[in-house]
Amino acid sequence: MDWKRFGFIFLIIVILFGAVVLVGHTKSSPIIIITSMMATTIAVATPLTLGALSGVFCERSGVVNIGIEGMMLSAAFFGWLAAIYMFHIFGFGIGISITVGALFAVLAGALMGLLLAVLSITYKVDQIIGGTVINILAIGLTGFLNRQMFFGKGSIFGGQIPNSPGVLPTIHIPIEEIFIPLCKSANCIEIVDSINKVFDQKPIAISAILLVFIAHYVLFYTRWGLRTRAVGEHPKAADTVGINVIKMRYANVIIGGALAGLAGAYFTIESVPSFEPLLTNGRGFISLAAMIFGNWTPIGAWTAALVFGASQALNIKMQLFRDVIPPQWAFLQQSYVVGLIPYILTMIILTGIIGRTTPPAADGVPYEK
Amino acid sequence: MAENKIVLEAKGITKKFPGVLANDNVNFDLRNGEIHALLGENGAGKSTLMNILYGLYHPESGEVTVEGNKMQLNSSRDAIKHGIGMVHQHFMLIPVFTVTENIMLGEETSHRASPNENPLVKLDRKEVAQKVRDLSHQYGLEVDPDAIVGDLPVGIQQRVEIVKALYRKANILILDEPTAVLTPQEAEDLSRIMHDLTEKGVSIIFITHKLKEVLAIADRITVMRAGRVVGTALPKETNEAKLASMMVGREVILTVQKEPAKPAEEVLKVEDLHVKDVRGLESVRGVSFSVRAGEVLGIAGVQGNGQTELAEALTGLRHIESGRFTLSGKDLTGKTPRLITETGLAHIPEDRQRHGLVLSYSVADNMALCDYYQPRFSKGVVIQQAQVDANAKKLIKEYDVRTPSAFVNAGKLSGGNQQKVIVARELSRPVKLVIASQPTRGLDVGSIEYIHKEIIIMRDRGVGVLLVSAELDEILSLSDRIAVMYRGQIVATVDRKDATREQLGLWMAGVHETV
Repeated sequence: MDWKRFGFIFLIIVILFGAVVLVGHTKSSPIIIITSMMATTIAVATPLTLGALSGVFCERSGVVNIGIEGMMLSAAFFGWLAAIYMFHIFGFGIGISITVGALFAVLAGALMGLLLAVLSITYKVDQIIGGTVINILAIGLTGFLNRQMFFGKGSIFGGQIPNSPGVLPTIHIPIEEIFIPLCKSANCIEIVDSINKVFDQKPIAISAILLVFIAHYVLFYTRWGLRTRAVGEHPKAADTVGINVIKMRYANVIIGGALAGLAGAYFTIESVPSFEPLLTNGRGFISLAAMIFGNWTPIGAWTAALVFGASQALNIKMQLFRDVIPPQWAFLQQSYVVGLIPYILTMIILTGIIGRTTPPAADGVPYEK
Repeated sequence: MAENKIVLEAKGITKKFPGVLANDNVNFDLRNGEIHALLGENGAGKSTLMNILYGLYHPESGEVTVEGNKMQLNSSRDAIKHGIGMVHQHFMLIPVFTVTENIMLGEETSHRASPNENPLVKLDRKEVAQKVRDLSHQYGLEVDPDAIVGDLPVGIQQRVEIVKALYRKANILILDEPTAVLTPQEAEDLSRIMHDLTEKGVSIIFITHKLKEVLAIADRITVMRAGRVVGTALPKETNEAKLASMMVGREVILTVQKEPAKPAEEVLKVEDLHVKDVRGLESVRGVSFSVRAGEVLGIAGVQGNGQTELAEALTGLRHIESGRFTLSGKDLTGKTPRLITETGLAHIPEDRQRHGLVLSYSVADNMALCDYYQPRFSKGVVIQQAQVDANAKKLIKEYDVRTPSAFVNAGKLSGGNQQKVIVARELSRPVKLVIASQPTRGLDVGSIEYIHKEIIIMRDRGVGVLLVSAELDEILSLSDRIAVMYRGQIVATVDRKDATREQLGLWMAGVHETV
């Protein structure tokens, strides 16, 4: 990631935030709009960040992963299903049920990663096809099971989807407790309160950010990272110094799958307590764009994911401020206009106008001795 | 030297690949502190033997002992443990990594007293960089540990490979064709480094097919042919001709036999040609010359002085900025390669794998690439495969291409045979001019001899030949006239009989003197 890229990202975020402030300033104060935009941005960027990290681990080791979308979708479904089973069938409490649900999501992602690894590393299937297989499989499998388990003949749920046990709670970070006593005006209290809301995120959102920095450290400062990158750049060279290329690639692709699984858990375990077919809605592909724009680095990919997050946050806020949109901007009231922004941004970013990025040299190339 | 103890010994090594016996009961030994050259043509089994010693291949039978201990080689890791280091012909370096990162890869913590096997152990680049500095100081191999490997010249990258082996405490070093990619200056540096290393107790196996080098550098020479060891010789008791016949298995004529040329009419005329290279810089700057039927014009020059662009421009592969050229009196400036080919040009390109062949096509299809669309191969838009195959069978016989069949992918053949496929395709057509760019680069003695003979046959048949080569020996033995290219211009043109190696060398280096 170079400064030009960070500058571009910063500029886009400022524009997106500025647009919301311009539209909504009659309804609430700019500081509140900005902080709540930030909070939403971080939250909705979570699956994108995790998806991009999934891509980083796979591709740094030399396996192209366009199956992130499918990994997310299947993880979202199986995590949610596990939570329902734990709660309704086995009678566990809400907390345990959703925790187990999240773990199952990660497991489902890891298994999808294993499938990609078997296809692309052992059987040397073209990796674009391998990823596509995963995407199609995920759509078919989750759609079929969703219908079969709840509406099929003899379904134990009797033809309707039961209520999910719920979603993960927000973790409160005690900023207010420290700063509000120091405040002298109501205005100040309001500002501290709104800043605190930026930091009050749910567990997966917080772990996504932690994982960005952990991934950065692992990739660039540890033995594991050095070997992973070596295997993705020049596997033969790694082999000649005694590194097991196949093992390294397997491990990284499975780690990548688990990260995509955690991204899937965000949808059904952290964001909303329900599943619907195709709910990932292209987020996996946007993650891929974020990874590419971030030049296959965790921090770069994260900042790119934040841009996409911000454009989704814009979409959400515009609906909120619908009634105060000035008449000359009436077209913005159409939700599809703002809804298009993330996809348009993806296209702009991938055209490479901000300079080209370089993938790992052996990305997508199966290793043969 | 002869009384030194044996540090590495391979006994009765046999290795089969599908259809090939790559090593047939091979015996080889290396004494302490010697440079033992392993000489042989491409495909003689040198690299297979070395890959076995380095643990990358597993032999069907035979054993390897290091300092008397039988060695179980399952992976290169085992070889490294036994103190064997290898510098591969194609460097095993990661271009985007620094020198330090490349050297520490796989042995990230071995500099420590108690290595930590935890995969998440932090890399200490500073300590390893210091170790690299110490090693490069100790052995006279200057490298900057913080440089990015991809930015370094090839000669320095090779040093990094040697330091990488020394960092792994190698005392047996295998160098696979180390001079193939080096400039003469770098090659000289390397031979100095090799001697320094042996003085410090490192034993070296040096793989090559270049006869001159072997005689200059090695303490002992073992020659391999067709998977077997043919013999071992001492440099002072042998000479180039003897070694060459051991390599090839018959007498080899190292100098080309030819009659004086009988030049006739002009076939190629180039006038004030200007061509730009890929970066958009003018690399051919006003070149004029002519080639007559029945003569060889050799273009000498150090690589990168515009020869590549000149050949590409004349074959229609590169845009000509200004100037013109005619073939048999026909102005072909800016015409398509197809039209130029049809007018009577044969092109043996510099990069045979990328521009000469489609590696994933069969030998037969490759042999029809120039004129597949003509009536002899096609009816309308349909290619007559039977004719293509018949043509290939005929050419394979005529040009002695060693291939299992005409339907094998060209990529599966050895370099020499790939070049023969190109030569067969190009020279079997009725042509008026042959442009041969580096026609023997990377080939073994037998193939070089063959290709040189074919070029002279073409000349004697009354075809004009433009030979572009960076090998001065090749230029001197084939050409009737020699032009020297320097920085995109022809700085001198002389008759072969007036040319001396020294004078050509000076011109190639850009030293101008009036003769």
